[in-house]
Amino acid sequence: MIKKFKPAIAAAAVSMAMLSQFAMAAEEQFFPLIDYRVGPYGSNGQAFYGGFIDYLNYVNLKEKGVNGVQMTYEECETEYNNAKGVECYERLKSKAAKSAGPLHTMSTGISYALIDKSAQDKLPLAMMGYGRTDAVDGSVFPYAFPLVTTYQMQASAIVKFLKDKNGGSLAGKKIVYLYHDSAYGKEAIVALNAEASLNKFEMVQIPVAHPGNEQGAQWLKIRQEKPDFVIFWGWGVMNQTALKAAQKVAFPREKMIGSWWTGSEEDVVPAGDAAKGYMAATWNVAGKQVPVIADIEKVVYGAGKGNLQDKAKIGTILYNRGVSAAVLSVEAIRKGQEKYGKGKALTGEQTRWALENLNINDARLKVLGATDLLPEIKTSCDNHEGSGKVKIQQWDGAKWVPVSGWIEGNKGLIHPLFQASAKQYAKEKGITPRDCSKEK
Amino acid sequence: MNFFFEVLIGGLLSGVMYALVALGFVMIYKASGVFNFAQGAMVYLAALSVVGCMEKGAPLWLAIILAFAIMTAFGIATEKFVLRKLVNQPPIALFMATIGLAFFIEGVAPMVFGSEPRALELGIVDEPIPWVLDNWNMVISKFDLVAAGVAAVLVATLALFFQYTRIGRALRAVADDHQAALSIGIPLQNIWAIVWGVAGFVALVAGMMWGARNGVQFALTFTALKALPVLILGGFTSVPGAIVGGLIIGASEKLAEIYIPPVMQDWFGGNFGGIEGWFPYVLALLFLLVRPEGLFGEKHIDRV
Repeated sequence: MIKKFKPAIAAAAVSMAMLSQFAMAAEEQFFPLIDYRVGPYGSNGQAFYGGFIDYLNYVNLKEKGVNGVQMTYEECETEYNNAKGVECYERLKSKAAKSAGPLHTMSTGISYALIDKSAQDKLPLAMMGYGRTDAVDGSVFPYAFPLVTTYQMQASAIVKFLKDKNGGSLAGKKIVYLYHDSAYGKEAIVALNAEASLNKFEMVQIPVAHPGNEQGAQWLKIRQEKPDFVIFWGWGVMNQTALKAAQKVAFPREKMIGSWWTGSEEDVVPAGDAAKGYMAATWNVAGKQVPVIADIEKVVYGAGKGNLQDKAKIGTILYNRGVSAAVLSVEAIRKGQEKYGKGKALTGEQTRWALENLNINDARLKVLGATDLLPEIKTSCDNHEGSGKVKIQQWDGAKWVPVSGWIEGNKGLIHPLFQASAKQYAKEKGITPRDCSKEK
Repeated sequence: MNFFFEVLIGGLLSGVMYALVALGFVMIYKASGVFNFAQGAMVYLAALSVVGCMEKGAPLWLAIILAFAIMTAFGIATEKFVLRKLVNQPPIALFMATIGLAFFIEGVAPMVFGSEPRALELGIVDEPIPWVLDNWNMVISKFDLVAAGVAAVLVATLALFFQYTRIGRALRAVADDHQAALSIGIPLQNIWAIVWGVAGFVALVAGMMWGARNGVQFALTFTALKALPVLILGGFTSVPGAIVGGLIIGASEKLAEIYIPPVMQDWFGGNFGGIEGWFPYVLALLFLLVRPEGLFGEKHIDRV
C-alpha cells in the first residue's frame, strides 16, 4: 500500500518542502518609500533614498536579511508635493498592511499631511530632524517619531556650541536669526527665545520670503545690526543665496551657523568660495571613513546592486543620512523581532512598538560599523526623539569637517515646550493621552 | 542716510537682475502677443546647458556657444511642433501651450543635464568694491555692477533691433495682428522661430547671471516670479519698460523690506518681515489700477 503511494508521498513531501521554503523566502519586511528624486529638491532625495535603499540591500546581501526576513521596498515619487505625498501613501498603504517598516517622507509638509492618517492606519511615521516636533511626546502621538533630533533641540544645541566657543557665556551678545518665512523657519523661534532669556543674549529675527533667491535687503540689515553670530534656518536656493549675500556684505562665514537643512554638499557647492568657513548642524557625519559606508560600496556596488548611478554621492551628507535612517529602521525591525518572533516580518503596529523601545548605544553602533555616523539613541513612550544631539561641521571648501563632538540641546528647557504643545493638540483633537508609565 | 542710499543702490542693482528675466517675456509678447509662462524654465534650461556642457569638458566660451545653439534649436522646435499648429488661435491657447512647455522643460532638462545644484563661475567675484566700502562705508557689489552693464548692452541691442531692422519691424507687425502680417507677406513661422531664438538668448544671459549669483538649480525657474511685477509696471511690450520697471520694483521692495516692518511691528506687534515676496505684487496691482498698460506699454484702443 505504502509502496503504491510512495511516489505520491514523495511528491507531496517535496511540494511541502518547496512550499515551506517559499513561505520562508516570502517572509519580507516591506518599506513603503514615499520619496522624491525629481522636481525642485530631487537631488536631495536621490542621495537620501539612495543611501536608504543601499543599506536595505546591504542587510539582505550581508546577513541575508534580519533573521532571514528580507528587506523589500516600493518607491512612490512625490516631487516634494504634499498632495502627491498623500496620493503615494494611499497607494502604498494596502501593501503595508501586512508588514511595514517606518515611513520616511523627508518632507515636513507631507509628514503633517500624514500624521493623522498614519495613526489611523497604524503605520509608524518617522520624521528624522523634520516634521511635527511636539510628536516627541509619544503619549499624544503614538505613531509619529521625530527621531534623533528636532528643530528646537537643534537650535538649543547650536546656542550651546556658540556659548562654549565664547568662553561659556553669550551675555550681551547679539545673534541674528535669519530664517525661511515658513512653518519650518518659525519652528526654532520658540527655542531661541527661551535660550535668549536664559543666556541673556539679544536675538534679532529676520525672515526671508520663499524661495529666498533674493536677500539683498536682509543682509544689509544684518550689516547694520553688526551681530556676533548669524543662526541660519534656510532651505533650497535660500542657502546658496545667503552665503553669496554674506560674501557680498563681507560678513564672515565663520560666524554663520545653520540648521541641518542647510548643511549638505548640495547647499554649499553652488556657492563656491563664498561657502568656505560656514558651519552647520548635522545629526550624521559625511565621508567614507565610516566602516558601514565603505562596506556598502564594496558589498552592494560590488554585487552590482547599488541604487545610485552617480557613485560620487556615496559618503555625502545626505547619502549618509539615508543610511543612518535605514540603520535605525532596520534596528527597529530587529528589536521588534526580539519581542514578536525572530524570522517574522513586523506589522506597522509592531514596528511602532519597536521604534518606541529603541536602544542603540555606542557598542551597538560599533557592531553595525556605524560608530560616530549618528548619535546614540534611546526612545520611550514619552520621548520619541531619543537623542537630541547634533554635531557642528564646517565646510572647508571641499568637504564637511566636524568641529565638535555630539552636543545635546537643553532638554530641560525644550522638552516642556513640546509637552505643552502636544497637550494643546490633544485638547483640540479630543485625544486622551496614553499613560506612559504603563507602556513597556 | 548713508544706509538709505546703500539700500536704494542695492535695490536698483537687484532690479536690473529682475529686468534681465523680464526682457525674455517682453520679447515673446511683443512678437506673438503671448505671455510665455515657460520663460523661467527657459532661464533654467539655458543655465543648465552651460554647466552641463562644461561638465562634459567644454571651456566656458564653448559652453556658452553650445548653450546658445541648444536654445536656438529649442526655439525652432517650439515654433515647429507647438506654435505652428496654433496660428490664429486665441491667445489663451498659446498661453496654455507655454504652460505645457514649462513643465516639459522642467522635467526633461534635469534628466539630460542632472538635477544637482551646481556653481557657475564667470570669473566675477560677488563681493563689495573696496574703494566704495572704505570711503563711503557702502556695500556695492562688483557682480551687480557687471550685471547692470550686461543689461544695458542687452537692452540697447534689443531696442535697436526692434526699431531699426527689417526683422524687428516684422516682429512688431506680427505682434499687432497675425493675419494682417501674413497678408502682407511676412513669413509668420520664420518670425516666430527667430523671436523664440532671441528670447532663448535673453534667457541664456539671464540664466548665466542668476546662475553665477545663486547657483544653477531648479530654483532658477522661480526667477520668473520676480519678473511679473516688473512687466506689469513697465509694460509687456516695452524693452526700456522692463528695465525701468525692474529698477522701480528692485528699489521699492528693498526699501519696503527695511523700513515697513519696524513700523508695522510698532503698530501691531509681532514680526512683519519677509514682505518682499508680496510687496512688488501689491505695488504692481496699485499701478495696474492707474495705468493698466504699464509705464511704457502700448495703449490699446478699440474702434466702436
